[in-house]
Amino acid sequence: MIRPDAPVLLEIRDLTARVEDQPILKGVSLTIRAGEIHAVMGRNGSGKSTLSKVLAGHPAYTVTGGSVHYRGEDLLGLEPELRARAGLFLGFQYPVEIPGVSNLEFLRVATNARRAGKGEEELDTFAFEDLVRERLLVVQMDPAFLERSVNEGFSGGEKKRNEILQMALLEPLVAVLDETDSGLDIDALRIVAGGVNHLAGPDNATLLITHYQRLLDVITPDYVHVMAAGRILRTGGKELALELEERGYDWVDAELAALERTPAEVG
Amino acid sequence: MVAASLSTPTAAAGAAPGGWIAALLAEASGGADALAASRERAAQALAQTPLPSRRDEAWRFTDLAPLTALTPTLLSPAAAAQPPVADGSLRLVLDGQSDPLAGITLPAGLEPISGDELDATLGQVLAATGSAALWPVLLNGATARAVLALRVRGTVATTLELVSDAGDGEGILPLRLLLVLEPGASVEVLQVHRSSGANLTSLVLEARLGEGAELRHGLLAPGAETGCLLATVAVEQATGSRYSGVSAHGGWALGRLEPRLVQREGAAHSALKALQLADGRQISDTHSQMVFAGPDGRLEQLHKAVADGQGRSVFNGAVQVPRLAQRTDAAQLSRNLLLSDRARIDTKPELEIVADDVRCAHGATVSRLQQDELFYLQSRGIAADQAARLLLRGFCEEVLQALPAAAVAWQPLVSLLGKEGR
Repeated sequence: MIRPDAPVLLEIRDLTARVEDQPILKGVSLTIRAGEIHAVMGRNGSGKSTLSKVLAGHPAYTVTGGSVHYRGEDLLGLEPELRARAGLFLGFQYPVEIPGVSNLEFLRVATNARRAGKGEEELDTFAFEDLVRERLLVVQMDPAFLERSVNEGFSGGEKKRNEILQMALLEPLVAVLDETDSGLDIDALRIVAGGVNHLAGPDNATLLITHYQRLLDVITPDYVHVMAAGRILRTGGKELALELEERGYDWVDAELAALERTPAEVG
Repeated sequence: MVAASLSTPTAAAGAAPGGWIAALLAEASGGADALAASRERAAQALAQTPLPSRRDEAWRFTDLAPLTALTPTLLSPAAAAQPPVADGSLRLVLDGQSDPLAGITLPAGLEPISGDELDATLGQVLAATGSAALWPVLLNGATARAVLALRVRGTVATTLELVSDAGDGEGILPLRLLLVLEPGASVEVLQVHRSSGANLTSLVLEARLGEGAELRHGLLAPGAETGCLLATVAVEQATGSRYSGVSAHGGWALGRLEPRLVQREGAAHSALKALQLADGRQISDTHSQMVFAGPDGRLEQLHKAVADGQGRSVFNGAVQVPRLAQRTDAAQLSRNLLLSDRARIDTKPELEIVADDVRCAHGATVSRLQQDELFYLQSRGIAADQAARLLLRGFCEEVLQALPAAAVAWQPLVSLLGKEGR
């Protein structure tokens, strides 16, 4: 839902970042307002996953330039946990398995951290059980998964459902979903996408990082951005995703090559 | 191992510690109890055995200094506070002196072993597992005045809790246990050994499992900064038997566990799951030995260790698969968490495989807390220190949750990790 007067939630300006000595992001700019759904598409290695990790504050990535403002405040100076408590959520491409830590306890600690960030009271174990059972419905997840260790032995689809369950509990203002569609069969994709659609509202925003059009068949983006070689090459509406699906990424390469021949025009 | 050491103790190593042994033996000698004769034999052997030193392979990483710093006397522990007994458990309190069975009605399937039968049986499993000459076993033999010996028939539904608390007194608390499981017998045993002072809990358990018998065995030993634990668990298994040992120890100045298993004719199932912790200047040590004396045996072993502060963790996992032990299936995994730059972890698989048709897997990892796991928790709003605590607890829980259910009353995580466990 595009409303030009909606408040800006995330403002990324000329963001550059590297991992070890390798520059990955080479000047990304993006503005996300409340109510919007954005999709960032691109080939493997285009930098789209790096963008998501930099936003969440992964320690392996170093920001070398540019800025990110979240609701008008500098995001990059915050520890990852403070970003999360303020309402930024990263749905992981490969959710991490944590043996020995119960999923239920993890969800409760995380939910209470976020509630504290919103100035709300912590939930005791009983109140939290009620909440989590209600939110399980969003992703049609079996309560048995609450008793297991975090993501341990979960199938790909179950892990992604668990990510969306976390999103449902944490009620983020900006959800960055990194390749949430990868490794999902069509039923799991529908359930996960249904959860994302259910949670999207006028006051929050979603940034989908994806490789394929198929996720965008079930979640309709307001904006589609094509990323290549660490920058956003083109921005359009949902029809841009369809064009990519039809023509493939070859034209992106051609456009990128043209850009790199005339570096003076960049930026 | 130790007794076979041919090295002559140097004057420096021999003088004071030798005096320590002599003083202890003077304390422990005499008496007319059932163990008097065997105690005398062990005392003679101990007097002739040099103290284990860092030159003995089995003690290379484990300094006995915290032990010889203790007062060489026998400890009479005072009665200690305990959590309520869980439903379905029978708790026997061991103080090394009085009869733990006094005033107790044993559940059906359990009966004491005594007299000639006890004389004939005691020490057999130690011999079968090659443990009789181990220094901690000799020390126990030379000091123990009481033995709890039980026979198990059929399926015993009650969990047997065998507990001791050395308390804050000084000296040595020797505990001697014997379990004989008749063919087809099944029982669950939880041992809890605690201390809060400068003392040694010396434990020797012998367990003989008849054909098809099953022993589910837990050992929880949260220690004290100045306390020592030397525990030998000797298990002899007949065919078709199942032994499952889950142990957790930590917090001792010196805590050493020696599980020593033999599958007498192979074709049995052994499982060992262990957690050990070393913080401060503590030493946590496990030397396990598994011998397959026949074909078709199985072993599943997971050993986990956490070293923090200037703590030191030692694991040596011996597995012997001689030629006759064809089709053995053994897996050993050592997973270690190194939480401080000044902590140290030594881990060593020791597989001797002669048989050719076997599957023997082993692996060892030493790591810090995983950055990806920490980041995942942080990205959900959980602060770095709380995330680290969750991960540490998770690492420990994998073993602690396998303890017999009765262990819950003893709060394994809190007892081992203190406030970090909450």
